[in-house]
Amino acid sequence: MPLDASDLGAIWLTVQLASLTTLILLVVGTPIAWWLARTRSWLRGPVGAVVALPLVLPPTVIGFYLLIALGPHGWLGQATQALGLGTVVFSFTGLVIGSVVYSMPFVVQPLQNAFSAIGQRPLEVAATLRASPWDTFVHVVLPLARPGFITASILGFAHTVGEFGVVLMIGGNIPDKTRVVSVQIFDHVESMAYSQAHWLAGAMLVFSFLVLLLLYAGRRGKAGWS
Amino acid sequence: MRLRLPHLAATALATLITCNSAWADEVQVAVAANFTAPIQALAKDFEKDTGHTLVAAFGATGQFYAQIKNGAPFEVFLAADDSTPAKLESEGDTVKGSRFTYAIGTLALWSAKPGYVDDQGAVLKKNDFQHLSIANPKAAPYGLAATQVLDKLKLTDATKGKIVEGQNITQAFQFVSTGNAELGFVALSQIYKDGKIDNGSAWIVPSNLHDPIKQDAVILNKGKDNPAAKALVEYLKGPKAAALIKSYGYEI
Repeated sequence: MPLDASDLGAIWLTVQLASLTTLILLVVGTPIAWWLARTRSWLRGPVGAVVALPLVLPPTVIGFYLLIALGPHGWLGQATQALGLGTVVFSFTGLVIGSVVYSMPFVVQPLQNAFSAIGQRPLEVAATLRASPWDTFVHVVLPLARPGFITASILGFAHTVGEFGVVLMIGGNIPDKTRVVSVQIFDHVESMAYSQAHWLAGAMLVFSFLVLLLLYAGRRGKAGWS
Repeated sequence: MRLRLPHLAATALATLITCNSAWADEVQVAVAANFTAPIQALAKDFEKDTGHTLVAAFGATGQFYAQIKNGAPFEVFLAADDSTPAKLESEGDTVKGSRFTYAIGTLALWSAKPGYVDDQGAVLKKNDFQHLSIANPKAAPYGLAATQVLDKLKLTDATKGKIVEGQNITQAFQFVSTGNAELGFVALSQIYKDGKIDNGSAWIVPSNLHDPIKQDAVILNKGKDNPAAKALVEYLKGPKAAALIKSYGYEI
């Protein structure tokens, strides 16, 4: 068996992490993306920039700040302790928090583009038909933005699977809790278990290719993401 | 202008060649993370005494092994164990006869909180901590030594769910210093200055609880014609370096 129990554990953990992160990001990211797409406030620029930061920042910066902020002396750490949750560094919860931050732009930006592309007209038409804003959102915007949601989900999931630096810095490499596939591969390479590293790395390569294939094949001739 | 171009090129080339001969006295060193502070102090002294320049990269010994096998440009390797340099030697990646022990490492159980770790290490048995930080035992010799200590004290099972791993000894230290782990096994050199514990509280682990952490140095094939590589090795064997290495809590 090329993949042993610890490899399978890492894969299962990664799937859980990526699924939960994507779900949370769709819930949190949709209102942010909607606001960014519609607002005329001067805050649009700064908020958009903050959302895009993880695209530019090295994971070490995000990991370092999270390690400090989530630690027992950091403000987030103080908050989680006050809530009786203890500190979340070295835990699955900590990884979810890190991943939500890290993958945020990959979900928000496709959604924002999809919302922008709908334009003003369908909303005005809905309004003249006396649809409430909520009605409009659920029955007009969501169906029209469907491709955006699909892209956002795929990218959010795939990007979380590909996460490494942040997990390395706040995870502590605990089997079945924080040792995701990327860290497991790193571990194999470090301990010179190259054949095990190959199997897992190969699986990752195939997975990533299939995901991108799904994304691009589904888009037929359009350039870029929306 | 056009006529001058060859002339310019010749000057540039000459400059490059002179620069190059000055650069030949630079030595690229792969340094095990536990030796970070000592090598930085040593480098200043070495550069002053010999005129050579030392460029250090820090990481876990296992990581360096993989990098060296894949053509990393290191000329001297200061490992955290003796088996990795020996392995490189047997695989023909080093200058024969250049391997020697430059330091014997000391393991310490450390907490950033003053008074948290007692000088007998009883805090380990009490087991009322959440996280115990160690370096990755597969890649870092200090991590391996830490697991041997836990084994010897029969605490492996009791601490199993509490162990967090740093990828090297620096990260193991960082988890403790940021307070995310209450305590951890680190290299004494990381918390030791001028003959005493620098901050927090620590138990200096008796050396009979783990295999000796013999740290070997070796000249790699890439450094075989570099006088600076040779000079560094000679320097490390000298009395000045020995005194400095000892002041960081190593044996020799």
